[in-house]
Amino acid sequence: MTATTPRLHEPWQGQRRQRYAATVGMWLFLGSEALLFGGMLVAFLLCRSLQPEGFATAAAETDIAIGTANTLLLLTSSAAVAVGAEAARQGLRRWALPALGATLALGLAFLVLKGFEWRSDILGRLWPGPGFRLHAPGSEMFFAFYWALTGLHAAHMVGGLGAISWFTVEVLLGRRSLRSAAFEAMALYWHLIDIVWVFLFPLLYLDGRSGA
Amino acid sequence: MSAPPSYLADGQGIGSWLLTTDHKRIALLYMATLIAFFCIGGTAAALIRLELVTPGPMLFSDDTYNRLFTLHGTVMVWFFLVPSIPNTLGNFLLPLMIGARDLAFPRLNLLSWYLFMGSGGLLVASLLAGGVDTGWTFYTPFSTMYSNSYVLLAALGVVLAGFSSIATGVNFIATVHLLRAPGLGWFRLPLMVWTLYATSMVMVLATPVLAAALLLIVAERGFGLPIFDPRHGGDPLLFQHLFWFYSHPAVYIMILPSFGVVSEVITCFSRRRIFGYSFMVYAIMWITVMGFLVWGHHMFVSGQSLYASLAFSFLSFVIAVPSAIKVFNWSFTLYRGQISFEAPMLYALGFIGLFTIGGLTGLSLATIPIDVHVTDTYFVIAHFHFIMVGGAVTALYGGLHFWWPKLTGRMYPEGAARFCAILMFFGFAFTFFPMFIMGFLGMPRRYHVYPPEFQIWHVMSSCGALLLAGAYLLPMIYLTLSLFRGARAVADPWQATGLEWRTASPPPRENFLKEPIVDEGPYRYHPEGQTHEGSATPPQRQGEARA
Repeated sequence: MTATTPRLHEPWQGQRRQRYAATVGMWLFLGSEALLFGGMLVAFLLCRSLQPEGFATAAAETDIAIGTANTLLLLTSSAAVAVGAEAARQGLRRWALPALGATLALGLAFLVLKGFEWRSDILGRLWPGPGFRLHAPGSEMFFAFYWALTGLHAAHMVGGLGAISWFTVEVLLGRRSLRSAAFEAMALYWHLIDIVWVFLFPLLYLDGRSGA
Repeated sequence: MSAPPSYLADGQGIGSWLLTTDHKRIALLYMATLIAFFCIGGTAAALIRLELVTPGPMLFSDDTYNRLFTLHGTVMVWFFLVPSIPNTLGNFLLPLMIGARDLAFPRLNLLSWYLFMGSGGLLVASLLAGGVDTGWTFYTPFSTMYSNSYVLLAALGVVLAGFSSIATGVNFIATVHLLRAPGLGWFRLPLMVWTLYATSMVMVLATPVLAAALLLIVAERGFGLPIFDPRHGGDPLLFQHLFWFYSHPAVYIMILPSFGVVSEVITCFSRRRIFGYSFMVYAIMWITVMGFLVWGHHMFVSGQSLYASLAFSFLSFVIAVPSAIKVFNWSFTLYRGQISFEAPMLYALGFIGLFTIGGLTGLSLATIPIDVHVTDTYFVIAHFHFIMVGGAVTALYGGLHFWWPKLTGRMYPEGAARFCAILMFFGFAFTFFPMFIMGFLGMPRRYHVYPPEFQIWHVMSSCGALLLAGAYLLPMIYLTLSLFRGARAVADPWQATGLEWRTASPPPRENFLKEPIVDEGPYRYHPEGQTHEGSATPPQRQGEARA
């Protein structure tokens, strides 16, 4: 078996169709994911419209330095995974593996920074409940959404990183062809994670900081 | 040349079932699981009907009664009705009907069953721990703040079941797009395929919003994050909007596949092409899209804006149009057909009657003044049971009989089956029709203590439930017996037209020995060029199949 031909699975009879199916399936799943985050974001926006001042006050308390750094990391990782997937499709091992590695490193860096941010949030008494630091009405609810949304987003990142490392390790062990459609599908999923963050960043970090 | 073994004989032992990627075997795995959940939900229903025989408390405390109806609703909606036809008949038939070897993603198909088993495990765990008392709707703030029951386990179970649904939906949509046999254009698809396709759309696009709503409940209840809590300015109605954004389309997840089953059965047993095929397709897609726009009719008395209610009321009337188109087209298909009354046909005809009553009372409920009067009464209970039980479950039984020869390679006993089909119709009507009357008179839902003047209706309903239980259980017995004693089925015992009948009963692992090529539309019961008499062969009876 040459390493460049992916295995053909039932029920497919040709490589092109099988590859196409993987992306079709992923796009459908992304539609579903868009509504998962969409539902939560609509809930967030409705609550924000009910108490705009409280939400703005609370949003000014998030760590904008880490938030901005994470935005840059994630956008870069999306570029890396795009390079990785395209190189993998063409069987360019020398390009694909470093790019996928870079995606993993950038994603991991995001999670590490996020972990430090969460730690300082908790130490800064920003977990809703007794002893919550802020007093503006609605600020506690802002942080309820902050934790729920960033938590769900981070869970998706863990899933994405797990899948990318799994497929990459399989390639290194010679069990999966580099041209497998899995990389393209994974890249699509990773872009979704990125796009969700593009919505989360302004809503959670930029609100209430205009200085007006 | 010897024929290859059927999918049932292709691989022995427990591992060949639990690790199978054959869509036909996964359909049977789902079937076994769903029968178990149907029995759990049915037992809860039976206990509810027993308790309601007397106006005073008889067997259960208030708290236990709350947990019983919650169990009944949760299990029946998410663990029986939503996956019922799509994951059993649909999983089995979809690839066969479009001439494919399997679904697009066979391993994802198996994964969806394991997700479903996991979610069922969470639900059973919540049941064993002591149950849930919020009703199947998980309304806040009761579910998030006051309920002392096992809401978290049940909510997580439902979220996980949702992922199983999404996996199935993605799989079905990709399959219909990518794996149709040569010549099988979109407007040659059997209506069953169209309905499964539409159902999958709803599964993929509505289920994640339910997951979002329930995950927010988990965040609030499990982690103390105030999302819906009015003390922090939260809005409990927000949950209702998110919940019904899924749960109204979910009604179409339950009923659309039964439209498909009925279309296949009616055409076969009246030996006619479906009347207005393209209108049937447009009606299905119209229902699918409109289904996302009517959720607010569940919230007329919640305090939502009157203008929102008016819009939702209007849209709810609009969505009745495609449903009516379907009922009329089935009726016109029967007109001048050569009708024979095999058991599947009896179920299908029963479906049309019960679904029509359910649909028309839905229009009553879409009318705001009537809805205000009967909200949270047995009128509502009767209405949605006519759709989901009289409609969807009747069609499931009809489809199960129709395709039983294909599933198992055996014929079911026709006499017993006809008896059960008729018993189911009357048992159902007897159980649920009295609920319209007592609901209109003011009997509220979810109470087990009620004024004595309602007793006569409750007793009638409970007697009907006894008949209905018989009609549900008897087929399980004779169908099981037919596995051993039934006559061997030929490939096409009903002389039906679909591709699934062009392969052996039961089909081999790879479905078709030679990829079928399609050169005509569906339901060609009177092919052109043949004389009326020549093509009008009545369906083969059981005795002939044995020969």
